[in-house]
Amino acid sequence: MQSQLPLYPPEASNFAPHVDGLMVYITSICVFFAFAITCVIIYFFFKYHRKAPSAVGFPIHGDARLEAAWIIVPSILALTMFSWGAAVYVDYRHSPPDVLDIYVIGKQWMWKAQQPNGLKEINELHVPVGRNVRLTLASEDVIHDFFVPAFRVKMDVVPGHYNTMWFRPTKPGRYHFFCSQYCGTNHALMGGWVIVMEPTDYAEWLSGSGGAEANPVAAGEKLFADKACATCHLANGTGRAPSLSGVYGAKVLLADGTTVTADDAYIRESILQPNAKIVAGSQPLMPTFQGQLTEEQILALTAYIKSLQSQPVPAKGSGVAASSTGKK
Amino acid sequence: MNQTPPSPGFHLPRDHYLNANYGIKSWLLTTDHKRIALLYLISVTFFFFIGGIFATMIRIHLLTPNGALVTPETYNKLFTMHGVAMIFFFLIPSIPAVLGNFLIPPMIGAKDLAFPKINLLSWYIYIIGGCFVLYSFSTGGLDTGWTFYTPLSSIYSNSAVTPAVLGIFINGFSSILTGLNFIVTIHTMRAPGMTWFRLPLFAWAHYATSLVMVLGTPVVAITLLLAGLERMFHLGFFNPAMGGDPILFQHLFWFYSHPAVYIMILPAMGVISEIIPTFARKPIFGYSFIAASSIAIAVIGFFVWAHHMFVTGESTYAALAFSFLSYLVAIPSAVKVFNWTSTLYKGSISWDAPMLYALGFIGLFTIGGLTGLFLACLGLDIHIHDTYFVIAHFHYIMVGGAVMGYVGGLHFWWPKITGRLYPEALSRFAAVILFIGFNLTFFPQFILGYLGMPRRYHSYPPEFQVLNVLSTAGASILALGYLLPMCYLTWSMRYGKVAGPNPWPATGLEWKTDSPPPTENFHVTPVVDWEPYDFLNRPDLGLVAGAPLAPAHGDD
Repeated sequence: MQSQLPLYPPEASNFAPHVDGLMVYITSICVFFAFAITCVIIYFFFKYHRKAPSAVGFPIHGDARLEAAWIIVPSILALTMFSWGAAVYVDYRHSPPDVLDIYVIGKQWMWKAQQPNGLKEINELHVPVGRNVRLTLASEDVIHDFFVPAFRVKMDVVPGHYNTMWFRPTKPGRYHFFCSQYCGTNHALMGGWVIVMEPTDYAEWLSGSGGAEANPVAAGEKLFADKACATCHLANGTGRAPSLSGVYGAKVLLADGTTVTADDAYIRESILQPNAKIVAGSQPLMPTFQGQLTEEQILALTAYIKSLQSQPVPAKGSGVAASSTGKK
Repeated sequence: MNQTPPSPGFHLPRDHYLNANYGIKSWLLTTDHKRIALLYLISVTFFFFIGGIFATMIRIHLLTPNGALVTPETYNKLFTMHGVAMIFFFLIPSIPAVLGNFLIPPMIGAKDLAFPKINLLSWYIYIIGGCFVLYSFSTGGLDTGWTFYTPLSSIYSNSAVTPAVLGIFINGFSSILTGLNFIVTIHTMRAPGMTWFRLPLFAWAHYATSLVMVLGTPVVAITLLLAGLERMFHLGFFNPAMGGDPILFQHLFWFYSHPAVYIMILPAMGVISEIIPTFARKPIFGYSFIAASSIAIAVIGFFVWAHHMFVTGESTYAALAFSFLSYLVAIPSAVKVFNWTSTLYKGSISWDAPMLYALGFIGLFTIGGLTGLFLACLGLDIHIHDTYFVIAHFHYIMVGGAVMGYVGGLHFWWPKITGRLYPEALSRFAAVILFIGFNLTFFPQFILGYLGMPRRYHSYPPEFQVLNVLSTAGASILALGYLLPMCYLTWSMRYGKVAGPNPWPATGLEWKTDSPPPTENFHVTPVVDWEPYDFLNRPDLGLVAGAPLAPAHGDD
């Protein structure tokens, strides 16, 4: 039960206790110093109030020991704040391996979320309690920011980049989410609700709401044909461009000898700026799709490429570096 | 020699800079740094009024969850124009261009700044930049936020962005020229005997500020110009659809705009470092530590900019480095606060208005500085970033710090500037009102921020209403705290009691000349043979070298 004037929002994610702990720690140090300084000033203010109109103060020019003390002690305290804060942040920026992947797209002035089965929501986000959830954030236009106060986390949604954030909801309920990066006229209306459900309820909601026609793999497959991707990216690797079978998540050998992991960001870049990273053994033939695909279409294509994992062995010419054989 | 200051019966000097000549031309073509300072005083006050009106409308609007006053478009313009007017046209020039301009030459015993004509030019540049910005405000307004983040500002905004960024670009040159003028003046025009370590800490603070102005301002100027060019000619510097990077804009913008915070606060720290020893009548505690901390803040302040970007997806390692450096820059500020507080020990403390402002400054700046530790903390910033916590934090620094310092400085040097005193009781009352009003306005916003209210919201969920109403109530008291000094200071220019050359008295060289000073500042070039803030060995101050309050034991 929240009081009429709460001091903190509900704690509903794995990060919330850590962030609140930091808050309490730093607040107590700061309140101590602010209170001490205020008391000293007030005490001196009255104690040393001018006694006679022409009285002067007692000349003290400084004290090196005091200076050293008030440089060293605050430095040590600051270092503890830094370290604890850094630990929480590093944890936040590195999502654990087993996550529920949800895509979130921000555009002026609404949020679209897409569940792993392709189910789409607008200004709502359903997540199961106790499960690590990773949001991949994309923007159609300006910079937005996905902020869930009850989870104590936020991340900017930057056009041209994929940012990710993760959290583990710990308490079922309905919680506000906000756009917290100013994004134009209706910035303040660009929010909604995160609905944290029991896993069984979540599964039921996910299946009950249907979503076959919204399946991003199907949409991606259709785009793959419509945009003529399929004419070069032949599945058997004999096309003019690398086969995409089994590419997702694999290490790709590039023409310059380096390898990259074919993650969402790599696939996105390869679609929009094909010449940024050329796969070894391929020619830079692919046209750019910059400005021709919406973020949702890119996500659909990514989902389709992700689905092409059925072949047990990467096809010849797929560009996938066979890490086990140490191919040169 | 007068024995008990302030002695009654002073008369204004026969010739001074205000009556040296008359007429509008004698002001608009003046090269006297004191007259240019007054031109700045009038212009920054004008922009303060404009920004203040916007702020008032913002606070009234936020009285109800759905917004009580204006449409979302208008609200967005209000907070943007509030920020632009206050930061670029009030806070950045306020102390340097008004008090610094007026005081640095007499403080170091010079007749004027090194480049008097460039000084006048800087005011004209400021006015031209200001006109561009006012043109933007009055023809469609500006709705990008004062931070002008791309691609919102460069592509998506439908408001008058181009004249505004041009205005700020132009205004940047005013800042650069003022900084250059101060650096050269402090290096080359010190009076005989005025060594670097006899400089008033006000001059040290302005020296550090000038370094930031000269090195940082070109970056923001060119960045905003790039955003303007992207907008006008569809170049793709920051537009991801054309291969640009919106995050690049933020790096460039904050590379200046974080140091710009120090442009606003360092001069205020300089003011406080003058007021405290004067009204405690004793040498400042740790002179060299305060001077060095100004330089340290200016230098380290250039390496903390990306702490504004912890949640943009920047590299974790970059975030760690910038968080660490942000903690580092807090230390010199803490050193200053401890030294100011220690200066009060065994002082002879007067309760005059400038002292009340200075002590109010310490209280508010301490809260502002300490809450910076929350934001520098990576794990905490992921929650409070871009919420009202940030708004409260930087208003404590900029309004509680910089504006308190500015108003306190005006009260301290008003007798020097105008030759007259203001009503004592009223000025003390105003200082207290300002302190209370400020805290009522901005303290609730820390809680609002932690509860999760994002900044720049024209409407908000109903659970945030109580704190918003509190904040607006405080703002009405705060407004009174600003209007009172405006009234009685203006009144005193004509009707105030004549102050005499050194009413407090203070030890600075600027107090060794008439109030108001003659055009050349001094009748004869002064020679400095005393240490700064030394009240005991200064018979010319008219103070009895009174018995120390306690025997010396080991100190000193």
